[in-house]
Amino acid sequence: MHFISTRLIWLVVLAGLFVLPFLLPNFRVFQINLMIVYAIAVLGLNILTGYAGQISLGHGAFYAIGAYAAAILMEHAGFSAYATLPVAAVVCFGAGVLMGFPALRLGGHYLALATFALAMAVPQLLKYKAIAPYTGGVQGIVLSKPNPPFEFRFLGAPLTEDRWLFFVTIAVALPLFLLASNLIKGRIGRAIVAIRDQPIAAGALGVNLAWVKTLTFGLSAAYTGIAGALGAVVIAFVAPDSFTSFLSISLLVGVVVGGLGSIWGALFGAAFIQFVPNVADEISKSAPWAVYGAILIALIYVAPGGVMGAFKKLKSGDAK
Amino acid sequence: MDSFLLQIFSGLANGSIYAALGLALVMIYQSTHHINFAQGEMATFATFIAWTLIERGVPYWLAFFLTVGIAFVGGLLVQRIFIKPVERAPVLNNVIVFVGLLVIFNAMSGWIFGQTVKAFNSPFPTTSLVLPQYISGHQLGSLGVTLGVLLVVFLFFKYTPIGLAMRAAAQNPDSASLVGIPVSWMLALGWGLASAIGAVAGIMMAPVVFLDPNMMGGILLYGFAAALLGGIDNPWGAVIGGFIVGVLENILGAYVIGTELKLSVALVLIVGTLTLMPNGLFGRKVVTRV
Amino acid sequence: MKLLEVSALQAWYGTTQALFGLNFSLERGGITTILGANGAGKTTTLRAICQTVKTSGDIVLLGQSTSRYPTDKIVRMGVAHVPDGRGTFTALTVQENLRLGAYTRRDKELVGQDIERIYTRFPRLKERFNQQAGTLSGGEQQMLAIGRALMLRPTLLLLDEPSFGLAPLIVQEIFEIMKNINEVDQVSMLLVEQNASLALNLADYAYLLETGKVVLSGAASDIRSDESIRRTYLGY
Repeated sequence: MHFISTRLIWLVVLAGLFVLPFLLPNFRVFQINLMIVYAIAVLGLNILTGYAGQISLGHGAFYAIGAYAAAILMEHAGFSAYATLPVAAVVCFGAGVLMGFPALRLGGHYLALATFALAMAVPQLLKYKAIAPYTGGVQGIVLSKPNPPFEFRFLGAPLTEDRWLFFVTIAVALPLFLLASNLIKGRIGRAIVAIRDQPIAAGALGVNLAWVKTLTFGLSAAYTGIAGALGAVVIAFVAPDSFTSFLSISLLVGVVVGGLGSIWGALFGAAFIQFVPNVADEISKSAPWAVYGAILIALIYVAPGGVMGAFKKLKSGDAK
Repeated sequence: MDSFLLQIFSGLANGSIYAALGLALVMIYQSTHHINFAQGEMATFATFIAWTLIERGVPYWLAFFLTVGIAFVGGLLVQRIFIKPVERAPVLNNVIVFVGLLVIFNAMSGWIFGQTVKAFNSPFPTTSLVLPQYISGHQLGSLGVTLGVLLVVFLFFKYTPIGLAMRAAAQNPDSASLVGIPVSWMLALGWGLASAIGAVAGIMMAPVVFLDPNMMGGILLYGFAAALLGGIDNPWGAVIGGFIVGVLENILGAYVIGTELKLSVALVLIVGTLTLMPNGLFGRKVVTRV
Repeated sequence: MKLLEVSALQAWYGTTQALFGLNFSLERGGITTILGANGAGKTTTLRAICQTVKTSGDIVLLGQSTSRYPTDKIVRMGVAHVPDGRGTFTALTVQENLRLGAYTRRDKELVGQDIERIYTRFPRLKERFNQQAGTLSGGEQQMLAIGRALMLRPTLLLLDEPSFGLAPLIVQEIFEIMKNINEVDQVSMLLVEQNASLALNLADYAYLLETGKVVLSGAASDIRSDESIRRTYLGY
């Protein structure tokens, strides 16, 4: 019975996902695409900060590297949008491992400080005139969204680029989420948590701390880098000022809202950072950030487990 | 040679600002072992308050001292209200609260005072009385003010009973409470003082870089570099570190990497110091903790 | 009125309980010692009096119920605690350490005099008055810790293992100074010691602790002379 109902749920969900983009107006689909992109980025950060306990205030840097890698490959090397994703993954994995080595010696707020410095330096580095021929300098690079591979109409709505990209992002996000879920539940995940909670004991039990920590950094960066590349495709534009330190802070907000260490919580976190600014913008241009800051602080005091943590509490509360 | 000296003096003037920020950061670090990521935004907010007072017709130096006083009280309140509840919480929670404060102060600056860049007039004459070919009037004045503030802080800590109590509370909170020092209030005072110093840095910086909500963002990074370079637990190391960073930034910017990548200098200094020289130049404690 | 009366005192470090219902009292002017093996709860008792650990039960100090007072309020009532490990401010000078002892005092004019008196009592501290406390030897740091406590002009002096890690000659010197403080300055003392024979020679009254409870109490002279008690409980 239970087996059938899980399958049934998945079937319903998939069917719903197929239908959804055709029910919504195009710009909403675009917003949801971006939300899914952020979800992947937030998931990447959560792997590092929520699970492995290493605080990164600079994940926006990996997002930027992924985005620019994709844009440069598409603009200057004729890559298709889809082909940029694995490249972005590999490049950002390497960048993450590179960052992971000094991170080995830093803990807590020192790592936060180093990554914060990285996040702040990124826009300047991107604007650097010497590499402007590749990066487009201050103006960035304008791209075009990939065309859907075929003509299609459903429920009276055409398969636009954004609707096609909806399926693309889902196709990228789903395996990434499932992979993360499996990794965390498996040996690697247990090693990561062991290192986070009892590093000395973990070392004594034969876990190679340096390797696991560095690889975690790399994996986390790769996820966020893929998100960046996908984001570049979805928005069809990259520019240095899109990747300020506030992007890194947004990702952190997403992690905290969704719940530290929760895989699927990344969806809630992403929904928050995608849609709350739109609502708050109506009040004032600065309002979104005031709301972010207030929510960050409030959550840490009241519900450090974020949305998923609140769910868990409710569930265990019922069980009593 | 001339332009070289120009860079040096300009670097020293900037360096005094970084020194002040670095000192504020070390003060909070010493007593709480936390890095105040919101230091820059709090300073910007205070600078906006000063600007508003001056716009309303308050004479410059009155506005200056009023703002410093308001910043002191503000910093104290922030510690009491926001930081104290998470004092014993894990590092991550603390970092998130600091980041939250950063964001709120930045947003409030924009919300209350607007996003447009504002001019901030310097109270000092345009031409310097000393070495006018190498240093502007404002640079000299700003150097003098920040050095004056640093001197006052030094004397405060060395010769006043409260300064001594704050030093004791920062070094050994257990023993400090055994001599009757209310340690938690000493932390609040430390925050107030750090916030006041930050306000001075902001007010001195505004005429140079113009005032907008993001004014202190990059400058805070230099403050971090100064604090780390001097040794994160050494307040006077941070001061020296600030001057070194200021001069280095200018020299490297003018002769080596170009002015666009100046922030990267800070980044390299920060990551480099943390990995290669965790104690900084003058620090005592070992930074590495995994 | 008794100087200190403790009843049904329990204490915890986080969730670990260390005291399980302690009862004892102190008379004015005397020296009382608390003895016991490692982990018996001796240090915890002193911390409970100063409220630097979580407690429940009654603590009545100078007629006031202090079990919910903050530490600095208890210090202001005249309780000076010389903690185990000396607790000196190692990065501050000797003089600064002594000044801090007088932090809560209202009669600031007399502080300078008192510092001179400490220097008379501990000439070695006077030699090093401007040195960083961390550079002093163990014995000198113990003297500094006691000196700092005396700067409060305390009514009750709490001492936690003053003999720890010190050479026998220095220990003797310090214990003589403690006797002098009690007799001349009339400061009541509560002394926690592992070295039972030393403590019993100095004290008037003794309590023996075992796993957070009092198992024996009496006049120090009685316990000292009772061989069977000494052998069974104190190991000598």
